[in-house]
Amino acid sequence: MSRLTIKVEANQTAGRKSLVAYIVAGDPVKDLTVKLMHAMVDAGVDIIELGFPFSDPEAEGPVIQLAHERALKHGTSLRDVLLMVEEFRQGDTDTPVILMGYLNPIELMGYEAFCVFASSTGVDGTIIVNLPPEESGVFSSHLENHDIDSVYLLAPTTTDKRAAYVTAQSRGFVYYVSLKGTTGASNLDVTDVGEKLSRFREISSLPVMVGFGIKDAATAAEVAQISDGVVVGSAIVNLIAKHENELGSVIPDVTELLGGIRKSLDKI
Amino acid sequence: MTNESVQDDDGVNEQISSFPDDTGHFGVYGGRFVSEILMQALEELNNEYERLRHDEAFQAELKSDMSHYVGRASPLYFAQRLTDMAGGAKIYLKREDLNHTGAHKINNCIGQALLAKYMGKPRIIAETGAGQHGVASATVAARFGLTCQVYMGSEDIERQSLNVYRMKLLGADVVPVTSGSRTLKDALSEAMRDWVTNVDDTHYIIGTVAGPHPYPKLVRDFQSVIGRETKAQFADIHGGLPDALVACVGGGSNAMGIFYPFLEDASVRLVGVEAAGMGLETGEHAAPLTAGNVGVLHGNRTYLMQDADGQIIDTHSVSAGLDYPGVGPEHAWLKDIKRAEYVAVTDEQALEAFRSLNLLEGILPALESAHAVAYGIELAKSMDREKAIVINLSGRGDKDIPTMAKIDGITIT
Ligand SMILES: Cc1ncc(COP(=O)(O)O)c(C=O)c1O
Repeated sequence: MSRLTIKVEANQTAGRKSLVAYIVAGDPVKDLTVKLMHAMVDAGVDIIELGFPFSDPEAEGPVIQLAHERALKHGTSLRDVLLMVEEFRQGDTDTPVILMGYLNPIELMGYEAFCVFASSTGVDGTIIVNLPPEESGVFSSHLENHDIDSVYLLAPTTTDKRAAYVTAQSRGFVYYVSLKGTTGASNLDVTDVGEKLSRFREISSLPVMVGFGIKDAATAAEVAQISDGVVVGSAIVNLIAKHENELGSVIPDVTELLGGIRKSLDKI
Repeated sequence: MTNESVQDDDGVNEQISSFPDDTGHFGVYGGRFVSEILMQALEELNNEYERLRHDEAFQAELKSDMSHYVGRASPLYFAQRLTDMAGGAKIYLKREDLNHTGAHKINNCIGQALLAKYMGKPRIIAETGAGQHGVASATVAARFGLTCQVYMGSEDIERQSLNVYRMKLLGADVVPVTSGSRTLKDALSEAMRDWVTNVDDTHYIIGTVAGPHPYPKLVRDFQSVIGRETKAQFADIHGGLPDALVACVGGGSNAMGIFYPFLEDASVRLVGVEAAGMGLETGEHAAPLTAGNVGVLHGNRTYLMQDADGQIIDTHSVSAGLDYPGVGPEHAWLKDIKRAEYVAVTDEQALEAFRSLNLLEGILPALESAHAVAYGIELAKSMDREKAIVINLSGRGDKDIPTMAKIDGITIT
């Protein structure tokens, strides 16, 4: 069983809601990323989604777009990001790390080369935003050969028929994009999410994590009532942006945010 | 290419013109590389398009607007003095510059605005670089009573103030894009973000044969009126088939438009001309087919301008309409199967052709089209006098007068 599935299933058995945290590797400097990853785990994060930067992050809102730009300003490459995972693994062999981003840097590295490198550094899964399962046949067979889980997305626009197809391809969990919009949008409608999720539950028993628009402990708790866990991204990246020039404040602030969310999830 | 068929995955010979396949692939190119939110919208668009393609009312309305609103058919003009100057093959010009709004872009916009109307979407969005596709989109929005938002890089807004104002006159809302390099590619990303958010009531009119399936196909189909007319007009005026077709390639829509009806005519050479900018060797260019490599951007797999880490790099061309780091997937495929050839022409060569066409034929070409003219002249020179080529004159150059004046050191007030 993969590290990701072990973690998700252990949480389900223990009745613990999963807290998934997203940051962009190399934002705002390469040195901070691994330290921040450890701090997030200490604050109660179960799974890390580590964004690898791309020049054209098509599905992101302004907050995460700027994080990609900051990371690229000093040349954070896919290779650098994989080396960060390797460094993180020296101190943490338990927390699943999922690489999240856009396909092109992986295309250029080559699917096989990427998978060999990624699995050797301790990467557990991928979420490639612009790679729906219809297009990922070749890539996913490489991933499978190297025991890397591919996590796919569901959206409010996903039909039942597609949901069955997507969940059948997804490993570990499926990521429900809670709203029609880009990351960081604020039009989250929890009732709407609930209706959609109960339909997806009938289609698949795969655990569902909900992301997009979860910005604080209150929204996290609301959404976690109806899902297996929540993904927090823009709210963290916002804090990083705010403290770009006083990096010492990033870790305490992020720890406080995630600690608060953890507490509210544990009350469920 | 002697045999105009290729083998599909099952080893069956298929005509080149039957592509893309049902999933939007041209060989390994094309496809649908978008986030989950858009998958359903693209599927709906594809289904609606496949239905309307065979719908008589839709086709009749399209045909009527193409003639009465756009002004089609555009002439095929024999450029006698340009031919004499080159001293080789006869040069014909397909006059897309004479269309309403001054370029081929309107062919696609009329088609897609009609699609929006039939799909019941009251709002359209578009991306634009130079503003030509933005103007064409704003125009059809006014014509069909749709609301229109045009995304444009903040850099381009400064460089193309005339077209920005023109779009406003047409009632469109021009939204500055300040992310990334603040140019066309970022405007395209931003339009996709808008579409993700407003997919229920909005149709996204992509301006070229790029983007996720079915865009490369449907834009090609709407533009292929250029090639169909050219074929009939050439047979009529000259007889037979031309020996070569030459068109500039930004995203590749005017080129696909003229190439497509000739794909099965093996004797016709198809030549796409990219922007070599300051020269291919300088890296300051916009020639992904000639000097780029394969990747995935804006919903499709194609040739791209990118660095060693797979990041998309800034492009350069004197003509804003060619200043794009990708290219339509069908061109990528036609290059690989060797049905079409792709070359690149520098800013300087394009400017020289721009001047020649003004002086010799009294025609002011768009700087984009001037790239095709520049290579067309060279190609004609290398061919016998009894041969004939057609250059697709994709647009007129009024929009480029400020750029040219600046190059000539003249201030226009
Ligand atoms: C006159 C003209 N020609 C060509 C192009 C390039 O586009 P495409 O390669 O899609 O024809 C443009 C784009 O703005 C244009 O305005």
